[in-house]
Amino acid sequence: MYNGGKIIAGLIIFIALVTFPFYTNVGKTIEAPAAPDAAPDDMHIGNIPIVKMRGEHMKLLDQWRDEVVRKGERFVEYDGDQYEKSIQNGCLSCHSKQEFCGKCHNFVGIDPYCWDCHFSEEEGQL
Amino acid sequence: MKIDRRKFLKMAGFTGMGLGLSAADMLFKAPAEASSGHSAVSTAAVRRAMVIDARKLKTDEDYKRIVDACHSIHNVPTLIPEKDTVKHEIKWIWTDTYSRLFPDQVNHYHPEGFKQKLFPLLCNHCEHPPCVRVCPTKATFKRPDGIVQQDMHRCIGCRFCMAACPFGARSFNFIDPRPYITELNTEYPTRTMGVVEKCTFCSERLEKGLEPACVEASNGALVFGNLNDPESEVRKILKTHFTLQRKPELGTMPSVFYVIGGDEYAG
Amino acid sequence: MLDKALKGGKKYWTLVIVLAAMSGVGVITYLDQLKTGLGITGMSRDVSWGFYISQFTFLVGVAASAVMLVIPYYLHHFKKFSKMVILGEFLAVAAVTMCMLFIVVDMGQPMRILNVILYPTPNSILFWDATVLNGYLVLNIVIGWATLHAEKKGTPPASWVKPLIYLSIPWAVSIHTVTAFLYAGIPGRHFWLTAIMAARFLASAFSGGPALLIILSLILRKNTSFDPGKEPIQAVAKIVTYAMIANVFFILLEVFTAFYSNIPGHMHAFEYLFAGIEGYGKLVPLMWTSVICAVVSLFLLIPYKFRENENLLIIACVAVFVSLWIDKGFGLVVGGFVPNMFGTVTEYWPTGKESLITLGIWSIGFLVLTILYKVAVSVREELGTAKSEH
Repeated sequence: MYNGGKIIAGLIIFIALVTFPFYTNVGKTIEAPAAPDAAPDDMHIGNIPIVKMRGEHMKLLDQWRDEVVRKGERFVEYDGDQYEKSIQNGCLSCHSKQEFCGKCHNFVGIDPYCWDCHFSEEEGQL
Repeated sequence: MKIDRRKFLKMAGFTGMGLGLSAADMLFKAPAEASSGHSAVSTAAVRRAMVIDARKLKTDEDYKRIVDACHSIHNVPTLIPEKDTVKHEIKWIWTDTYSRLFPDQVNHYHPEGFKQKLFPLLCNHCEHPPCVRVCPTKATFKRPDGIVQQDMHRCIGCRFCMAACPFGARSFNFIDPRPYITELNTEYPTRTMGVVEKCTFCSERLEKGLEPACVEASNGALVFGNLNDPESEVRKILKTHFTLQRKPELGTMPSVFYVIGGDEYAG
Repeated sequence: MLDKALKGGKKYWTLVIVLAAMSGVGVITYLDQLKTGLGITGMSRDVSWGFYISQFTFLVGVAASAVMLVIPYYLHHFKKFSKMVILGEFLAVAAVTMCMLFIVVDMGQPMRILNVILYPTPNSILFWDATVLNGYLVLNIVIGWATLHAEKKGTPPASWVKPLIYLSIPWAVSIHTVTAFLYAGIPGRHFWLTAIMAARFLASAFSGGPALLIILSLILRKNTSFDPGKEPIQAVAKIVTYAMIANVFFILLEVFTAFYSNIPGHMHAFEYLFAGIEGYGKLVPLMWTSVICAVVSLFLLIPYKFRENENLLIIACVAVFVSLWIDKGFGLVVGGFVPNMFGTVTEYWPTGKESLITLGIWSIGFLVLTILYKVAVSVREELGTAKSEH
């Protein structure tokens, strides 16, 4: 192989770097957050079944965001009541941010930029 | 069918271009939210407007109440850097003197007291807003009810709208505003660094049937209503008083009118 | 052909490493800006566009200037430019790259920049600016590469290159006109609201860009075996001369309208830039430097005997470049924001970090330029055509 020494050395360094997250976390266990135990047909605000919220909540928030800001349609009716399509005044008026959002987001290691602007009452002073 | 590589690539290229062009026709669909035609007056059912009766604003407390009402419920940061007070300032509504609001309508012989008088300034929610015309993403857009709204989710922070606004009504988040918010309102989000913000005529309150916060706090000095309803309070004032708009010669057709007064300084 | 950029002498590699290091410093400083926000720059609520946008404005002009070689060579078969056209096209590539980088660093939310494509807004000039700049970049890369490659092979370029070259001519004019429209359509900013903005932009582009090209050609002649020839350089120098005369004339026209009409709004920006207002005068020395450089450059360019002397020519070209860089890269943008919409003054001066990022982007641009020029020069060296017959 032309320049074989350099190529093999480079390959070894590359593989070592790429597999770093795997071998440094061998043996550690992190518990996944419990799945919601609601019945499959227990609908929720926004007409998404609770079991599907995990996968589809971003789609819902995207839709709501355009409806509220761009069209001014701020309220959604559910079960005879009007709910505000809002993270702060909607979801977080019933749920706790840490339990509801933070648990799963922390587990998968994502930091959605929603929290750059939106926040929850429990945080108090930012 | 025998075909050489060159011909195949040519056909693939043209097909791709054709598909691309047909998708590109969406580029030219007129956006529903862009500003309306050029010098036409609004004929919508609702056009939100405000009349500011400056004669009813007398003490510092009057002005402070209005500004604080807005800035506190909207989590507007208080940025007072040590050196240059206008540097990273964020303001949705504030006060300034007549010569700063109406620089093209100043003469040197105004009464002294009048020269010091303060007037509130805010976004004028123009009928033909230049800021909406220049926004490359429609992050700032005109609602059907005339409010020039800001979509913080879409804003890329290019600040073209700030260059285009003839009234200096817009502020940019040069830094993270959160450390500078004195009292958080938990019912409204903050903004993050890198987006432009301005007065929204309290659209979130209007949608709940409330008046804008500054109007509510003004004890009648600020009147808000539907400019296209001939029986509305704002139209009544406009019919019976002489009012000024800011920079009317630019054709933006602001929705904010000022009853200047001034005669109280006579004699 | 890109492999030619990997083989070079000591001078070449020193230049590449220095430029790469300066680019690195710029990138690291930019990471700080991403974390802290645009507050690390000197921009403010009143002067909301500063160094980054003004550099972008200046560089669009430099990019458009390639057309000053393309028109004579491809439309009018002016054979003397045969060796220099590729330099102009590659300069356009480097300049447009820098333009786009300056726009990216100026964005408050750069991760959202694709919103311009996801939500196209034809009534926004910024949308068109993004479109035409990207198109121009692609055009020049394709044209430059295809013609150089054909030259290397010893064949005429493929037949589809000619239409692209013809397209690049109005396209070059359009990129700078569109950039001028960013300013010239804004109501309320009297310094910018003038029909001659686009004409001024083009005149300054067509003098500043070719001036830089002359400087770069002379540097190439000194340090490599590439020699564009004396007469081609003189032809470009004539273009710089006439364009600079037009540019200075247009500025004087603006001054006349402002001061003869005596309208305060029109005069204020000029007063701030050249005399200072209310004690604020940070830009005054800089603007007068621009004026002096412009006068000196015309003094050295107009008389044939001076222009013919390449030692004086290089001084003239540097003077042109500096004068226009100050005028467009500082005076134009800041003048539009001072005084502000309320008639008061908030001054602007770039901060250290802002300057480092700016320097970093210029380094990236010059790195791209170095690599592309190395390829062009090496190709010609191998063919034995590095020296012009003119």
